[in-house]
This record gives sequence, C-alpha cells and structure tokens, in this order.
Amino acid sequence: MRVALFLTCVNDTLYPDTGRAAVRLLNRLGVDVDFPVGQTCCGQAHYNTGYRHEAEPLARRYAEVFGGYDAIVTPSGSCGAMVRELYPRMGERARAEGYGDTLAATLAPVVPKTYELTEFLVDVLGVTDVGAYYPHTVTYHPTCHGLRVLGLGDRPRRLLRAVKGLELVELPGAEECCGFGGTFALKNPEVSAAMGADKVRNAASTGAEVLCAADNSCLMHIGGTMTRLRTGMRPVHIAEILASTEEEPAA
Amino acid sequence: MSGTFVGMPAFPEAAREAVHDTTLRGNLRHATATIRAKRAKAVAEVADWAALREAGKQIKDHTLRHLDRYLVQLEEAVTAAGGTVHWAADADEANRIVADLVKATGESEVVKVKSMATQETGLNEALEAEGIRAYETDLAELIVQLGKDRPSHILVPAIHRNRGEIRDIFRSEMGEWGRPAPDGLTDTPAALAEAARLHLREKFLRAKVGISGANFMVAETGTLVVVESEGNGRMCLTLPETLISVVGIEKIVPTWRDLEVFLQTLPRSSTAERMNPYTSMWTGTSDVDGAATADGPRTFHLVLLDNGRTDTLADEVGRQALRCIRCSACLNVCPVYERAGGHAYGSVYPGPIGAILSPQLRGTRSEIDASLPYASSLCGACYEVCPVAIDIPEVLVHLRERVVQGGVVTERGAKVLLKPAKGHAAERAAMRAARWAFGRPGALRAGQRLASRTRRFHPRTLPGPGKAWSASRELPPVPAEPFRDWWQRTHGGKDGAK
Amino acid sequence: MSSRELILGRVRRALADVRRDDGPYEEAVDRGYLREHGDRSVGRTVGLLAENLADYRALVHRCTDGELPELLARLLAGRGSRTVLVPPGLPPHWLASADATRVQDRAESTPHELDRVDSVVTGCAVAVAETGTIVLDGSPDQGRRRITLVPDHHICVVRVPDQVVSSVPQALERLSPGRPLTWISGPSATSDIELDRVEGVHGPRTLEVVLVGG
Repeated sequence: MRVALFLTCVNDTLYPDTGRAAVRLLNRLGVDVDFPVGQTCCGQAHYNTGYRHEAEPLARRYAEVFGGYDAIVTPSGSCGAMVRELYPRMGERARAEGYGDTLAATLAPVVPKTYELTEFLVDVLGVTDVGAYYPHTVTYHPTCHGLRVLGLGDRPRRLLRAVKGLELVELPGAEECCGFGGTFALKNPEVSAAMGADKVRNAASTGAEVLCAADNSCLMHIGGTMTRLRTGMRPVHIAEILASTEEEPAA
Repeated sequence: MSGTFVGMPAFPEAAREAVHDTTLRGNLRHATATIRAKRAKAVAEVADWAALREAGKQIKDHTLRHLDRYLVQLEEAVTAAGGTVHWAADADEANRIVADLVKATGESEVVKVKSMATQETGLNEALEAEGIRAYETDLAELIVQLGKDRPSHILVPAIHRNRGEIRDIFRSEMGEWGRPAPDGLTDTPAALAEAARLHLREKFLRAKVGISGANFMVAETGTLVVVESEGNGRMCLTLPETLISVVGIEKIVPTWRDLEVFLQTLPRSSTAERMNPYTSMWTGTSDVDGAATADGPRTFHLVLLDNGRTDTLADEVGRQALRCIRCSACLNVCPVYERAGGHAYGSVYPGPIGAILSPQLRGTRSEIDASLPYASSLCGACYEVCPVAIDIPEVLVHLRERVVQGGVVTERGAKVLLKPAKGHAAERAAMRAARWAFGRPGALRAGQRLASRTRRFHPRTLPGPGKAWSASRELPPVPAEPFRDWWQRTHGGKDGAK
Repeated sequence: MSSRELILGRVRRALADVRRDDGPYEEAVDRGYLREHGDRSVGRTVGLLAENLADYRALVHRCTDGELPELLARLLAGRGSRTVLVPPGLPPHWLASADATRVQDRAESTPHELDRVDSVVTGCAVAVAETGTIVLDGSPDQGRRRITLVPDHHICVVRVPDQVVSSVPQALERLSPGRPLTWISGPSATSDIELDRVEGVHGPRTLEVVLVGG
C-alpha cells in the first residue's frame, strides 16, 4: 500500500514535531509513508472564509499530488473534513454554476482515500494499542470537524487508553468548540477568546498536565490561551503521544 | 424587520459588550446548560429520532419545491372553512392589513400570542401608530414588552433576564399597563408566573380581537396549529370574536398526517418535553357540524407573509433555511450565542438560524447582515441538533461567499447583481496571495525558511489586524526548520519541489 | 397586480431550477419512523399513559365505571368546588353524586361568567400514552374549548383502554381535522424563566385525569 502523509500547511510551517511524530509512528507500525513535497494547503481557510474560487486550484493541486497513493493520512481533523466533506461539495457547486463535471471528477478519487490519522490507525491498520508510552495525565478535546464531520467518535480515546503510563481524565464540556474556527478567531476575537478561556478553564479543572487533540490549529488557539492564562498545562498533538515510547520518549 | 433593530452595529462590536457582561453571561450559561441536557434526554427517548428528522426534512423540502401549489390549496381550504385569506408581500403590507382589520372591528386593543412573524414585521409598533394597543401575553414576551426591551431568543425572548431582573420589571412596570404586580412579589418562578396570570387575566376576558402566528398550516385541510405551554395561546385563539393569524408562507405542510412528525420533533427540540402542555388546532371558523353553540372566533383572517421568503427560496443552497420550525435547539447549543447573547444578532432571529435567516430575508447590504455569516466558528453543533437537518454551516459559508464575492441574488423577486461587500479588500488580497504561494511549493518553502531564520526577532504581540489574535493568545513559536526541510534532509528529495 | 399574484409569481420564478415531482405525495417522503415506540400490552399502554400524565404534574386517578360518580363527587368536594361546568353531552350519571351546582355552557356565556366557575368535568376524544396527552375535539361530552380553559380546575375522564392510543401518529389517525382540537399535556406551564419548567400560568392550574374502565 502506498501511503502519503498530508501534513497540512499549518503543521509543515509551525508544527514539524507533529509531522516527525506521525512519520515515526507509522514507520513503527510497518507503514512506509511518503511526504510528497508538492503538497501545500487543502484550501480550507479560503473556502470557509467565502473564497471558494481561490480554494479550487488548491483542491486540484491536492488531487494531483496525492492521486497516485492508496491512502492519504493527515494529522488534522479539519483538513481531513475539508477533503472528505467539502471537496465533493465544491464539485457540486461548480456543476450547479455551469462549469461542468471537471472539478468534481478531478477531486473524486482522493476523497475516499483521505484519512485522519486516528481513523487510519483504527480503521485501516486495525490497531488501538500502538505500543506507546507516555507517563502523564492527559485530557482529550475532540475538535469539532473531527467529531461532527468525520465522526471520529471514540477512536482517539481508545488509542489514548491503550498508551502505557497514560492516565486519561474526562474533559468537562469536551464537545464544545474551543473557539478557534479559522478566521473566526480574527473576525470575532472577543467571542473566540471567551470560548477559548472557558475551554482552558475546563481543561485546568481536570488537573491534567496535558491537553491532547488531533488538530494543531485548535491547539494553537488553546495553547496560546493557556500560556496567557498561565495554567501550566501543555497542548500536545495526539500523534506525538502515540509516537512516544520508553526508548524514545516525547520531548 | 422590527424597527428596533435598525442601525445595529456589526456582530463583533455588538458581541464585545455582551461577552464582558458577567450577569448576561451567567444568565445565558445557566439557561442554555439546563435546556441542553434536557433536550438530549428527550431526544434519546425516541429510538427513531434520525428517521423522524429525515422525514421532517423531506416533508419541508417537498413542500418548498411545490410551494405555489400548496399555497393555493391552503387558501382554498381555509376559505371553504369560513376563513378569509390575505397575502402580504412585505412587512408593511402585512401590518397595514392587520391594522385595517382591527380598525374594522372598532376595537382599539388586541391580545397577542407569541409570534415570530409579527415580531419580524414590527406589528406592535405599526399598530401603536394607528392608535391600537397590542398586549403580548406570552410570559417572556410580556417581560420584554414591559421592560421596553428587545427579544434575544426565539423560544424564550427574555432568556437574557434572570428571575431577580424579571421581578424588578414586574414591580415597576405592570401598573403602567394594567393590574400592578402583587405586593411583596418574590422572585420565585411560581410567584412570577402567578403575577403574570393575574395581570393578563382581565385582558384575556375582555379581548375582542386576538392576533397569532402559527407553527404549521395544513394545506389539504386548511388547519392551523399553535404549539404553546402557558395557555395564553388558547386564550387568544378561543375567547376573542375575531382572530387574525399572520404566518410565513413556508409554514405549510401538505397533509394532516405530516403533523405526526413535527408534533414529535418540535416539543423535544424546543422545550425538551415529550409534549408541550397545549396544542391548538383549528380550521377556519371551526364550526362543528351539529354543535349547538359556536366554538371560538366567529371571524378568522389568515395573512400569508412573504417578506423575503421567496427571495430566500430562490437561492439553491440557502433555501434550506426555510425548513426551520423555530424550535431554538440551535441557539441552545451554540457556543457563540451563549457568549454573545441574542441582541448582538440584530434581528428577531438570533443564533445560528438567525445568522443564515436574517441575511437572506433582509439581504446582506447592511453592516450587521454582512457580518452575521461570520458569527460562527463552524463547529457544527447547530446542524447536529436541528430537527429538520438544516446544514447551517453550509449556508453560513455560502453566505460568506455572497458577502466577499458578490454575485446574482434575488431581491424583492427580481434578480440583481450584488457587488462584493466593502471592508474585505485586505482579506481578499491576503487570500489571493496565500493561494498564489500555496500554488508554488517553492515559494511556500522560501517563506517558511525566512520565518524560521528570523524567528528570534518575532514580536510576542502583533500590531494592526494581528492584534485580534495576540490580545488574548500567545503566538506559537516558529520552529528552527519547517517539516519539509527536515524531510528533504533526512529522506532525500524523491520528487523535488515543483 | 395583486399581492397574491405577485407572491405566487415570485415563488414560481424562485423554483425555476427545481425539478417538480409529479408522483403521489405518499411516495415523496420516506416515513421510516415508527408508528409507536415499543411493543406493549394494552394494560401496559394505559400504565404508561398514567405515568407520563403524572410526570407532567397531572393528578391521575383510576376507577371502574360504577365508582366514577363517587370519585368525581369526592374530587370536586375535596377541592371545595361549589360550581361545576357541564358540557351539553356529559353522561348525566357521572355527576349524579356531586353536590356542586351544575353550570351549563350557553352560547351567550361570557368569559367573565366562566371565570367564576370553580371546576369543569369533561370526557375526551383520545389519550396518547407515550406523551401523556389528552385530546379534546369539541364533542358533546367535551364542549367548547373555552370551558376547559377559563376555570382553574379541569377533570378529564378517559375511558380505558378504548380511548387510549400509544403514539402521536396513532392519535392523529383517530382525530378529525375539521373539529377544533386541543391537545393537553399536564397543567399549564412555562419555561420562560431561565428555561426551567414551572407549572401554572393561564390555563387550568390543576388537571385531574380519571382513567375509567371495567
């Protein structure tokens, strides 16, 4: 099976540790993963801000770069949701606007082959115990697009529960949005910050050292809020926890 | 819509004040948390919820696809049952029709059942201008009317008020409108409900004209349905001699049987009950064959309201908003609504549904309406609970496109070309630049490397538009090298950047 | 052009892109939902009705046909009701033992007059077990809608099991849309203060339901 990592533009630029962790984790599970360097951005920020036509060339690029792989794995619930839920919709809209079937046909092949990381582990590789070791108290925040669009369900929690040394504590109000929302964080900063502060207060109330999620965009917002509110908690991407072993612990 | 909302600032400015109002935040958090848990329990009781939701969606979609046919059928059925049907293209026309009908009765006061349609048209203010006093009889509407306030929730317009505030309003204002609040009124909900009962009783018993909306209109039978809790609806629908119902044209369902879906989904979604205390159904003047005495109003008028609904219907993506049955479940789960409050939405329709309904009913030309599609983090909680499966995030994004790109829209029945909204030029340029860079991995990598090399000089807070981020959040540190450089270094360039 | 023609024209133009289905409406909607929830015996359905009525604060009583006059007399006396509204077709023997003065509903009865009556006793058209609902349809044993609205105390007699259905879909099948219908689930209530339910606003604040059978 030819597997590609779609790291996403945010992770590539700001969170390379997540990318390295994903590669190490997949390699450890026997998956030979490739990083096609032609990849850039799925176009989510453009699309969700109202610039669908600016997102179209990025979607076409994604289809072109990843078309030859059997599976495309991404450590981002929202970028995964962009491909799986919104690429087909972009195709439909183009058709409805009289641009024919070309866009829909171009994007269709990559849609079902795109997996969010925890989905790929549980559904495709069939593992929940990935042999990880992470001796910390962790609380898990299910990010909205992973939860409601991809329907990740309890997959991330099942993976975390199998991690040696890890104590998983429930996050109060877990399913409530953290307030990031892409450009929402800039367009409605007051409401976004209030949502973030409530999320961080709920996380702090668990006594956990680490807040884990499967999307670094949300973690950037939550982590930035944590630092500002001086909670002493750390945001960590689930890939980094699952990649951590006794021999090679996470930083 | 209601004149009280004209000139509202854009959503972010309006929300700013609410976010820092700790009483309001506390009131909203308490109320929405209560109802969320109850709704989840009420919905979990019925094993076929998903099937009911899908059927509700299909019934409404089918109705909208054949709306002209069902409107004509409804008109025939209502007329055959002794009612009179009027058509109002906009709010002014609806208000004028109602005012003329009231004046024809010779009355100068009316009692009202809570109705979103008449809130939308600003009927009370229009009647006041004609010398007719309209008494709101729903408890929450009464609180809003006495407090000279604006509604902030579809189901519970006074949700922004807590019991202490309500007691204070009753004490100071009831006397102005009729029977004053009892001496020593406490803030227990039971005492407040009792005060409302006493205050409104005299108005119900003497009322000659009632005004209502309707939750559903059945095309095949001409039956109207009002779903309520307090009994004020029954009072207004049965005691007066004349009943005037103002109803949006999208409230039709084709058949009697269709009610079996909505009478199960609406109560559980709105008040989180298996069934609401009272539901009234009447057909025209409700003459029962063989009954010795007439039951209910002798005269019934139905005013069918467009007011932007046909413009909404013309939009292929946005028309799904017309499936809405006004249950409020989307407001109650919305994290943005909980923190911004209902007033920030500048419309009688607040919350997620308001953010897609107001800019369609009113258009996106005003500042507030152009900002509403952005009043969401697109978390999708609203779509998840919607009992008619309105994909609110999809419509929000669609309306964002309309705001930033413009395009052909329908306004008052005519197709017009809408220009992109002002104030998005910098954003548009940034999106184009990002698209350009993301189209060229080489350019992207150059930018990433530049950021990495200069990272020690990055400020911890940002000026200008970036302040929106850094006012409340730290910036993430830029890593020493982007992932793609590490990959190239360690895995070699299997295929170099194009 | 009339507003009627204007609006219908706008609707037709708005739907220009839409394919109309010409098939029968019965086939237009997937009604994969349940006709009733759960599979219960008749006795269990009546039990569920009692349970759900009580859950929304209706006072529920059960008796046999023979015991009904005594029970109604006791309920009226227990509340101290001196007057009781009687729909035109209420079976006369129901109130045979009651001391309260019967008040007939007349066409010219004003709301103020009704407001001075202590209680009302009616039958019903159907009762819905799953939701704890009684439905009145203006039949002679139920009378006009106003008589069960203005007095503060309503006693509703349900003949079990004949008048009991499990579900909302089954109730609608039994009802006639041409009649004025009132669905009642417990006494008047409101959620308007902090979205918390409290009983007792404008409708009858006390609802008693008598399940009579056998």
